[in-house]
Amino acid sequence: MGLIEPTGIPGDPAVISHTSPNWVTTRLDFLMNWARKNSLWPMPFGTACCAIEFMATAASRYDLSRFGMERQSFSPRQADVLICAGRLPFKLAPVIRRIWDQMPQPKWAISMGACASSGGIFDNYAMVQGIDTIIPVDVYVPGCPPRPEGLMYGILLLQKKIQGESVSDEALRVERVVRPDGLFLPAERVDELSEPFGNSVHQTRSA
Amino acid sequence: MTAPAAAASPSVAALRTAFGPAIRRHAVVCGDAIVHVDPARVHDVLAWLRDTPGQAYDYLVDVTAVEYRDQERALEVVWNLRALARAEDLRVKAELAKDGPLEVPTCTDLWRGADWLEREVFDMFGVRFTGHPDLRRLLMWESYAEGYPLRKDFPLRGHFSRAEQTRQALGGPAEKHYSLEELSIAEAMHYLPADMRQRLAEGHHGEVA
Repeated sequence: MGLIEPTGIPGDPAVISHTSPNWVTTRLDFLMNWARKNSLWPMPFGTACCAIEFMATAASRYDLSRFGMERQSFSPRQADVLICAGRLPFKLAPVIRRIWDQMPQPKWAISMGACASSGGIFDNYAMVQGIDTIIPVDVYVPGCPPRPEGLMYGILLLQKKIQGESVSDEALRVERVVRPDGLFLPAERVDELSEPFGNSVHQTRSA
Repeated sequence: MTAPAAAASPSVAALRTAFGPAIRRHAVVCGDAIVHVDPARVHDVLAWLRDTPGQAYDYLVDVTAVEYRDQERALEVVWNLRALARAEDLRVKAELAKDGPLEVPTCTDLWRGADWLEREVFDMFGVRFTGHPDLRRLLMWESYAEGYPLRKDFPLRGHFSRAEQTRQALGGPAEKHYSLEELSIAEAMHYLPADMRQRLAEGHHGEVA
């Protein structure tokens, strides 16, 4: 059909690179993404009341297995999606970071509930203000805690996101590690994300 | 407020007879007997309350501390005692002036259960329990460098910026925050990677690069 017409000249724009989204990789993408999104193995990281709702979601009434999450993976090395269900104190931040680092690609993260997503009502000295300052997050599920329907909607959004991924996207599977300065995001970004908001207390820091 | 003698616990009168001026004042608040004692004598008082027949406060319910909003008021360490056989409670308090050393003797030799209770008070208020076998932070991690969170001069969001708090949490090896006991790997020492084993053996936790 004239999509690929090798001319034999190096650098010729007619030569389509092996990662370009031509029709072969598009169908391959579709197949891979279809398989991935329907066989997600969740790694539950339950720290608070959101974990109770997560358990309800996984149990028979709501039945996560319907979405291909047949197996809860309690080992990060056999998991695809990390679900942080509950608040994350700074004491646990290195733990979830290590779990995330242990998960093999492809991997995704769902931040379940207000506390995991933003610190929630716990705008205090002990609590991480949003787990996206620790690990990259794909889907945020609001709620305090979210009902099982909310979490399932988040999972469906993640499946939609996975269906839209492309192997030609070179930024997709890049491992985003903690930088040498000990931060995952730039310091200004962490401070910006952690600003008090809504009903949280406005008080000046002494440092 | 000093309650009428009839309402006070009979233990208070007995304490006054036994310890004299070391018993400072007492009160009954909401039906609970409270007795203030000299911080230096608090261990003797607690031992006496536990071991004297007729007192037999054999159960240490809680050890905690209170700092009042009034900056001039002393910090109080509180021991809640209960005599199980009589179902009777007594609250012992010791006032520690904030300009002096925040130190009281430990009562872990009287009640083993005081171990973690005293560690929590140390963690949150900075009160040192002299003679405690293992006075480490309990709730906050070992390398926590911002001070004592329940003190009134501690800002709710902590002293450091969020970026610095995140950096301290993520930077360096994770085990620097924890002791061997906390990681529950004391018996698995031989299976650990050599570098981690060395760091733990050298006690390199409790500091932030």
